[in-house]
Amino acid sequence: MEHYLNIIIRSIFIENLPLSFFLGMCTFIAISRQVKAAVGLGTAVLFIQTVTVPLNNLIYVYLLKPGALAWAGQPGLDLSFLGLLTYIAIIAAVVQILEMVLDRFLPALYNTLGIFLPLLTVNCAIFGGTLFMVERDYTFAESVAYGIGSGGGFFLAVVALAGIRERLEYADPPAGLRGLGLTFITVGLMALAFMGLAGMEM
Amino acid sequence: MAESNLQLLTSSIFKRNPIALLVLGICSSLAVTGQMITALVMSICVTLVTAFSSMTISLVRHHIPSSVRIGLQIIVAATLVILVDQVLKAFFFGLSKQLSIYVGLIITNCILLGRAEGFAMSNPPIPSFIDGIANGLGYGFVLMSVAFVRELLGSGTLFGVVILPLTTDGGWYPRNGMLVLPVCAFFLIALIIWILRTADPSQQEKE
Repeated sequence: MEHYLNIIIRSIFIENLPLSFFLGMCTFIAISRQVKAAVGLGTAVLFIQTVTVPLNNLIYVYLLKPGALAWAGQPGLDLSFLGLLTYIAIIAAVVQILEMVLDRFLPALYNTLGIFLPLLTVNCAIFGGTLFMVERDYTFAESVAYGIGSGGGFFLAVVALAGIRERLEYADPPAGLRGLGLTFITVGLMALAFMGLAGMEM
Repeated sequence: MAESNLQLLTSSIFKRNPIALLVLGICSSLAVTGQMITALVMSICVTLVTAFSSMTISLVRHHIPSSVRIGLQIIVAATLVILVDQVLKAFFFGLSKQLSIYVGLIITNCILLGRAEGFAMSNPPIPSFIDGIANGLGYGFVLMSVAFVRELLGSGTLFGVVILPLTTDGGWYPRNGMLVLPVCAFFLIALIIWILRTADPSQQEKE
């Protein structure tokens, strides 16, 4: 149990996807103007991450890994080169389903997320989460923990950034720096702060 | 038509720069800008993939049901990226090792899907192709500027050639350690945005 807790804590604080690996930046910066929208986005990422990482783990272990098709009588087969295509197709499918569900049951949130919900498919945080899972050879249970942790890390980072940006509304920067420019500097400073956690061991 | 195609090309590089103004495709711009050479290869890959995926999607745009469009766009992009990845592995193995997962992450580069969704779905193939190239170049422009500063001031080299001899190698230039970290790309991009928006005030955000 402690092992899984460790993975969750690690992926939230030490290996935070947006702030330590700079994955998922586009959506991270675009939907962090208000805390409310950021909570919606964070929840969506957390949900998608929790579903797709374990799902892709199953596909990797039982279909793509070298020798994974032994149960089908093909022990010599190595399909890992199909990985990129398969993972992204799974992610796209899950995102599309989530889009339909939100449209039906939570239209307000659906309108807030707008074009960025489809863009979650190409959110590098979600794809990167899957790639890290494959690279580290997680078991199924570990991949569930990693999905929750990395999604939670994104949630934390995006809500924190939105909180800071809401305050920055009252700042008076040079005109060219207003909005996006200032956000970049803020994220840079947040990432520097998170680097301080890098050496921490559980 | 040639005139408007040219406008399409230039406006995407400066006026509608994908990174600085549309906030697309930032992840890779932070990670691969430590050296000029990786930034250059990355820009070329992204330009090619964006151009060809936009063209392909534009060709089949009348046949795509809107409910599965994203899946389809992604499949097109993923196929092209696997192609690029295999070419890199076959002919430039060292570089492909250096770029590591970031070639794979081109699939999730939002410039690709953003352009497919925002332009190629509603325009004919030729302009879509040019729009793809233009956005790739706009991306490359920011990537190369950031890489130029980071490699020159962080490691004292350009394309691996020593420009500023480092103190650690007996030269005079003390390495700027912070510029080696990916974090500083944030600050450099902020500066680029600042410059672009000061030059073109219509891009500034309203209070």
